[in-house]
Amino acid sequence: MSTDNALLEEYSQREYKHGFVTDIEADAIAPGLNEDVVRLISSKKNEPGWLLEWRLKAYRHWLTLKEPTWHNVKYPPIRYQDSIYYSAPKQQIKLNSLDEVDPRLLETYEKLGIPLEEQKALAGVAVDAVFDSVSVATTYKATLEEHGVIFGPFSEAVHKYPELVKQYLGSVVPYSDNFFAALNSAVFSDGSFCFIPKGVRCPLELSTYFRINAQNTGQFERTLIIAEEGSYVSYLEGCTAPKRDENQLHAAVVELVAMKDAQIKYSTVQNWYPGDADGKGGIYNFVTKRGACRGDNSKISWTQVETGSAITWKYPSVILQGDNSVGEFYSVAVTANHQQADTGTKMIHIGKNTKSTIISKGISAGFGQNSYRGQVKILKGATNARNFSQCDSLLIGDRCGAHTFPYIQVRNTTAKVEHEASTSKVGEDQIYYCRQRGLKTEDAVNMIVNGFCKEVYDVLPMEFAVEARKLLSVSLEGSVG
Amino acid sequence: MLEIKNLHAKSEDKDILRGINLQVNVGEVHAIMGPNGSGKSTLAHVLAGREDYEVTQGEILYNGQNLLEMNIEQRAAAGLFLAYQYPIEIPGVSNKYFLKAAMNAVRKQHGQPLIDTTSFLKLLKENMQLLGMDKSMMERSVNEGFSGGEKKRNEILQMAMLQPKLAVLDETDSGLDIDALRIVADGVNTLRGPDRAIIVVTHYQRLLDYIVPDQVHVLAEGRIVRSGDRTLALELEDKGYGFLETHSAAASAAAV
Ligand SMILES: Nc1ncnc2c1ncn2[C@@H]1O[C@H](COP(=O)(O)OP(=O)(O)O)[C@@H](O)[C@H]1O
Ligand SMILES: [Mg+2]
Repeated sequence: MSTDNALLEEYSQREYKHGFVTDIEADAIAPGLNEDVVRLISSKKNEPGWLLEWRLKAYRHWLTLKEPTWHNVKYPPIRYQDSIYYSAPKQQIKLNSLDEVDPRLLETYEKLGIPLEEQKALAGVAVDAVFDSVSVATTYKATLEEHGVIFGPFSEAVHKYPELVKQYLGSVVPYSDNFFAALNSAVFSDGSFCFIPKGVRCPLELSTYFRINAQNTGQFERTLIIAEEGSYVSYLEGCTAPKRDENQLHAAVVELVAMKDAQIKYSTVQNWYPGDADGKGGIYNFVTKRGACRGDNSKISWTQVETGSAITWKYPSVILQGDNSVGEFYSVAVTANHQQADTGTKMIHIGKNTKSTIISKGISAGFGQNSYRGQVKILKGATNARNFSQCDSLLIGDRCGAHTFPYIQVRNTTAKVEHEASTSKVGEDQIYYCRQRGLKTEDAVNMIVNGFCKEVYDVLPMEFAVEARKLLSVSLEGSVG
Repeated sequence: MLEIKNLHAKSEDKDILRGINLQVNVGEVHAIMGPNGSGKSTLAHVLAGREDYEVTQGEILYNGQNLLEMNIEQRAAAGLFLAYQYPIEIPGVSNKYFLKAAMNAVRKQHGQPLIDTTSFLKLLKENMQLLGMDKSMMERSVNEGFSGGEKKRNEILQMAMLQPKLAVLDETDSGLDIDALRIVADGVNTLRGPDRAIIVVTHYQRLLDYIVPDQVHVLAEGRIVRSGDRTLALELEDKGYGFLETHSAAASAAAV
């Protein structure tokens, strides 16, 4: 066997760069889940009665649900009663500037290569940093306020804009949607809330860095973005997590609402701790992300680069209600070592002339298992609906796997649905060719993989694309040569 | 510059090269001809270090160094360049990016500073003009969707940019029409010089009208069965490879 091949087989040897624990005192409640815990979470946040009621309904519904098993991922049973459902860093929540933030927290971000300060200055990005479950730093508020943009912690929005939250919470992902969404609805800790008023083009790209920290704490983020008529917003989500031995459950819900002529671009670079080379530890990431194109001519784009998590279960979807509305899904998912990903999208065409595009790039290395699961549904009234799907899989080594599960349902004869799929291997001949031109094997593999992902990088916001490239090469680092 | 002594190489289960001896001096151009399957490409890949082949006997000296002890990219950095008979496609990686990465990879290996964008683009423009290539080729993915001729031209462009010391061109002429052939030959002739050497592997003597070799070797069944000057190529064209069979048999007999 050739050396390249042997090197490719070692491709799983990747070390998680962001594995460290920040020593900040956490205010956590005892492990376990029951109605009292739900009430406690709600009271800790001083929530209004209607929200507590909603949480309790969700909790009671969750009790009736079974964890799904249809996905193509395997993991030992999650012991929900062993998880801690609330944890907040013990520090002042109201902060006027970064100076007031615990310096160790800032240090953490710096280690991650995402210093808030620099980000603010260089990228002009407003950062709502979520540390564990409570937002601790909110920046660029003034600029946003000038434009009437609301962007801040979800828990704050509940108090400041109860009517908006009440109107939209659960309107895209109802608590009854699925097992993990129900769990999230019962115990969600915090997240981001974003409202772009009519006709406003959000002057900044909005960004949130999520991070799991306190040991054994499930993360239940809840994000809600509302784009009013004719508005535009680009939202960036990125996450990393410290090294852990135990599996950590993460079940987030993200809801997007785009009204007439509005556009939401939601980009994610996701790097939760994937577990070690033997498959031990790592985050279980069960996420429900969905957007509703409520108004005519609205548009929602999901772009994601997923390199982390032991398990990824995630199907960012778009409900195309408004006529001429557009849904897009661009995804790069990497599974190395023993990582498993079952990810894809759902495009539900309801309105006339609705259009959706799905570009999915799955990369499997080591023992990684990567499944694309995509549903395209064209309802009766969706005259002239269009969908184009392209699912490409790239295999590195020969012990990993790629799987494609397309579900296509067409109820309107004027619809046009195209599906293309391909599976290829990082070829030894490609590596040989690059090396003959002077490149080292590792650089060659990086180049080939980045080339494979190009169509997705092209639609990522600039600075995120740079980050994604870096992240991918870090993910692949040490695995070859 | 290059000295090949009694080189034997095999793929997994097959002996392909069976005792090659060849000396190429700096400044020379050698042509290697021979029927399909005689081992021409294998020889080229063994020089480049392809790991699919195992060298079972013999040695290769390259500028006094033991070539067989160097890995693929070290050989590349030492100035060995192979223009592939079948250039490889790399989807999503632009030709321009690839070229720059290759040039910088070689520089890195030599501990030299990376090329600046302005000089790179200037050099690229010059070479593309020389090879009659359209600018749009640079934004396209490496060899993806290229016609046979475009691929070959692209190989020569890479060669022109990398300025190798020893260039091995594996059937660069096949798939080229006469105009393209002339342009490619011009490109190769530009590289020709007192401090370089070139090995041209070809099936047809046609190319040698444009790239005039100092020596011609005929490979058959993994051995060089005849060597001579240009006229050997003409003779081959005249009589076909068939006439070699008797010679080849005689050579095999002599080699035993
Ligand atoms: N990697 C390989 N594995 C098995 N057989 C090979 C391999 N490479 C070449 N061969 C065989 O070796 C012989 C010489 O091939 P090649 O060097 O490509 O010839 P040429 O370039 O002269 O046409 C052929 O019979 C070919 O099938
Ligand atoms: Mg050949």
